[in-house]
Amino acid sequence: MTALVAIALTVVAVAGTAVVLADAPGRQAVTLSVFGMTLVVLFVILQAPDVALSELGVGTAVVPLMVMLTVRTMRKDRRQRGHREDE
Amino acid sequence: MNRLGRLLLFALGGGVVSVLFVLATFDLPDFGSSIHLYRDLAVPAAVQHHTANVVSAVNFDQRAIDTFGEETILVASVVGAAALLRPSADESERRAPDLGRTLESTRLVGYVLMPVTLVLGVDVVLHGGITPGGGFQGGVVLATGLHLIYVTGTYPALERLRPVVPFEVAESLGAAGFALLGLLGIWTSGAFLGNFLPLGAFGQILSTGTVQVLSALVGLEVLGSMIVLLSSFFAQEISIRKAGADQ
Repeated sequence: MTALVAIALTVVAVAGTAVVLADAPGRQAVTLSVFGMTLVVLFVILQAPDVALSELGVGTAVVPLMVMLTVRTMRKDRRQRGHREDE
Repeated sequence: MNRLGRLLLFALGGGVVSVLFVLATFDLPDFGSSIHLYRDLAVPAAVQHHTANVVSAVNFDQRAIDTFGEETILVASVVGAAALLRPSADESERRAPDLGRTLESTRLVGYVLMPVTLVLGVDVVLHGGITPGGGFQGGVVLATGLHLIYVTGTYPALERLRPVVPFEVAESLGAAGFALLGLLGIWTSGAFLGNFLPLGAFGQILSTGTVQVLSALVGLEVLGSMIVLLSSFFAQEISIRKAGADQ
């Protein structure tokens, strides 16, 4: 059990570092989703299924989706501005 | 304040907090040990109210007022985000453009998993008092499950599947119902959100008194909140355009 917790914690640490090191917010959304997944595994191992369920919904699905949509909307907005300045 | 000043200020604040944090952890019971002061109080209290899922007992019974505060924060933040994301004066909403092709296999996964996810979400909400889960988790599962239809590549289908107004109503009803049940608690048991319904048999779905009802109300509210929030984000990305912008 302790070994399992240690492994899960290490994976969480690696995934968390990957989120920080991802250079663009769009990439961070994807790594954040993976990071959330590793947290879900950790919570299940620590016998906290309630928290794992919340993390699964919010951390791996909703938050990355919102980040993705925001990044795309901003990109679109910037493109339109550039477009108008050309005219 | 220049860069050096900010860095010094951060080093001071961060350093003090780090030292205090590490010192504080020395007094905690060991990780994974059997000594757990809070559990010794929470578990008997949950069993007394016939709530098999102790986490739900803590959330919706012992510290229900905390949950009430959190749900209010959720509603307030969703209202704020929706207000910020609404079409502004120089933007207009128009029909969503075609999003192009989606892989057949992706569409299949979306179509097959959506009903499964919805059933799972309802299950998680309704069994919150006796098995892991509850209103918050189930509500999020339901909201994300509905969005699986978007994965199948049809945004107009998603718009038909979740007309926003009923979900706005659901969000408000969930929050208002929670407050109402709290007031009923004052009337019947003398405490805000006091448990006043029959407790039922331990481990049965109709047990736990108000826990199950509050959990379902939170489920309604979270489902509504998530749909309102995500639909605002989707509209900004897909169907709202600046006036005069062509594509």
